[in-house]
Amino acid sequence: MPRISELPRPSPERLLKQVQAEESKRWGARLKIFLGYAPGVGKSYRMLDEARRRHERGEDVVVGAVQGQQSEEVQDLLRNLELIPPLETPEGQPVNVEAILSRAPQVCVIDPLAAKNPSGSRNPYRWQDVQELLRNGITVLTSVNLLHVEEYKEKVQAITGKDTAETIPKSFLMAADDIVIVDVPPDLCLWRQGEKLTSTGISNYRERKLSELRELALLLTAEVVDAQLESYVQAHGIEPVFGTHERFLICMTPHSDALAMIESGKRNKERFQGELYGVYVCEPGQSRRDAVEIRRYLEAADHAGGTTEVLESDDPISAIVDFARQKRITQIFIGHSVHNSWRDRFFGDPVLRLIRAAKGIDVRVFPH
Amino acid sequence: MPESFAIPRGSLKVYLGYAAGVGKTFQMLADAQAAVQRGEDVVLAYFEPHARPDTIAQAQTLEAVPHKKIEYRGKLFDEMDADAVLRRNPKIAMVDELAHTNIPGSARPKRWEDVQVLLDAGIEVWTTVNVQHIESLNDQIWQITGIQVRETVPDWVIRQAAEIIAVDVTPDALLNRLKRGAIYKPEMVQKALTGFFRGSNLGALRELALRQAAHEVDLRQSAYDETSAFQLPRVSESRAGETAGNQSKEHVLIHITADPSTAMLIRRGRRVADYLHADCTALFVHETEQFADLPAEQRISVEKHLRFARSLQIETRTIQGEDTAKAVVEFARRNKVTQIFVAHSETSLRERLFRKNFTENIVRLAQDLQVTVVADRSHRH
Repeated sequence: MPRISELPRPSPERLLKQVQAEESKRWGARLKIFLGYAPGVGKSYRMLDEARRRHERGEDVVVGAVQGQQSEEVQDLLRNLELIPPLETPEGQPVNVEAILSRAPQVCVIDPLAAKNPSGSRNPYRWQDVQELLRNGITVLTSVNLLHVEEYKEKVQAITGKDTAETIPKSFLMAADDIVIVDVPPDLCLWRQGEKLTSTGISNYRERKLSELRELALLLTAEVVDAQLESYVQAHGIEPVFGTHERFLICMTPHSDALAMIESGKRNKERFQGELYGVYVCEPGQSRRDAVEIRRYLEAADHAGGTTEVLESDDPISAIVDFARQKRITQIFIGHSVHNSWRDRFFGDPVLRLIRAAKGIDVRVFPH
Repeated sequence: MPESFAIPRGSLKVYLGYAAGVGKTFQMLADAQAAVQRGEDVVLAYFEPHARPDTIAQAQTLEAVPHKKIEYRGKLFDEMDADAVLRRNPKIAMVDELAHTNIPGSARPKRWEDVQVLLDAGIEVWTTVNVQHIESLNDQIWQITGIQVRETVPDWVIRQAAEIIAVDVTPDALLNRLKRGAIYKPEMVQKALTGFFRGSNLGALRELALRQAAHEVDLRQSAYDETSAFQLPRVSESRAGETAGNQSKEHVLIHITADPSTAMLIRRGRRVADYLHADCTALFVHETEQFADLPAEQRISVEKHLRFARSLQIETRTIQGEDTAKAVVEFARRNKVTQIFVAHSETSLRERLFRKNFTENIVRLAQDLQVTVVADRSHRH
């Protein structure tokens, strides 16, 4: 099946992940991130409790950074752990990377992850310090709030009005070996921040706003878990698992109402946090007018966040089904067939042929 | 209606996990401890006596309502004593394992039914459940794990919860717990590791639980927004047009047949309708004059499917029509349906030649509607 497009270029995320995977394999170091949707969900406690358990099981654990404000429970946990004090500078307290590297523990706790180092530090950002620890074979447990993930900053800001200059790239999160979401209901989160406890469920405006962040954090974690699952499946060469992650494929054919399908595909992609693909199926001998149409559709699909490809085949239905299987597509979008050519009468309606051939994949047929 | 005299119904809080051992019960009991410290009146209404040691330690300081001992086939079983909980009448009751099936001889067959009784009496209930026990996810769980989960909880039971909490742990940590013997007895561990607890299973179940929790949180936001005066800009997804009100409401129609794949179709249609906040109708077309004239076997299957649809709060309709595909499409147009869900059905060449396959005929006739041919995703290639 010849393709017009180039081979997909590996994303920076994937490269980073590959590099980190290779490196940490050599050293056994792992990055574990505790994600919360807001301050007060209990990330520090969960993380330090794990540090305590690891310490009790005989792992060599140190704490390289702690939060400014600590609850009593967190202070109790910290008392039994070895602290490597940060550097004291007029601009702040960066992690003492050198001291940690020469102490060379198995596990280091960095709380929180998002911080800008003072100018003149060895790394501009704390997440780069963490990378250095990982490269040196030290497992890192660290915590981050949704607000501090660069790609989510604006969204969180729109909801809470809070801003920050200290962010980590989402790709850093995606490349983590482990991610855990620390989930509590918004009422408890507010209660820990010193508010009065309300009835169970969303009962006021502030809880409603936090709930929005909570949904985002759950979906972000699901996305990371899906990426991990995919590499697990690839690494172990096992059969792909259907149905967890929705992958939509839009079939753009000449004279189809592709724009409506793309719009629906985009909504579905966002709604299910899935992936969107678009293929344009060329049959040999297509006209120039069609070429203009092709370009318009491909651009629209790109714009909707889809991955597009042009397939050239004298058997478009097989080409689509092959592509769908390869990409683990769960739903194919296609337009109702309008004109019945002699070919269609002979071989049958192409949409019906697609439905028959695409066993195991949903087919959604769109009106014209 | 004497509503003002009625006791307000208790609210429900669900701790949602993806497997045994993720720490649902532990988390629930930790929250219970905190509630007791705040001065709340909390009791342990049911707690699995074979729990893990650290969980038992959490439970010891809480007041427990004695379990009911029920004898069945010469053995004694522990069940929740709902009547005793009602007599004690606490503010909050913890009920572990919502999906549990009570032993024959109990007042009600399912523990979730016991929970309804407590809620009706105005008691707040906190409970635990794993994602594989949610009715509408049954097929997906089977596809992922190859295991048919028998103890299910209807979706509406979960939906009525005021709050859902995702209890998350990494599969690695869970496997460590398992290998240390903290979840099952040593002789069970090997079996668990090759079955339900396979690495890829856990990852897939975890993702499903996280997405389900996000979805449940989202539904509660919409419910809140509908009853409150303000509109928060939705950022977690685009609801273009939906909130603006200028877009007509989506309406999903599910085509019921006697085929076993209908159960899967109903679950899928319900989920899509939930996501779209759409109306949902299930339709059966009988070619015979009366529904009762259908062959007994077929009638029984269809009735079962219609009951199942109603249990997921889908409106059901049965109509008479000589040509099933035509009747479905005409019904859809009359009722302003925007999407039709039909199951993929195998076609023989004979059927194709005589245009007898109603799935294909619906696609052919409904050119003006969206038709989703839902695949049986258990087909692997």
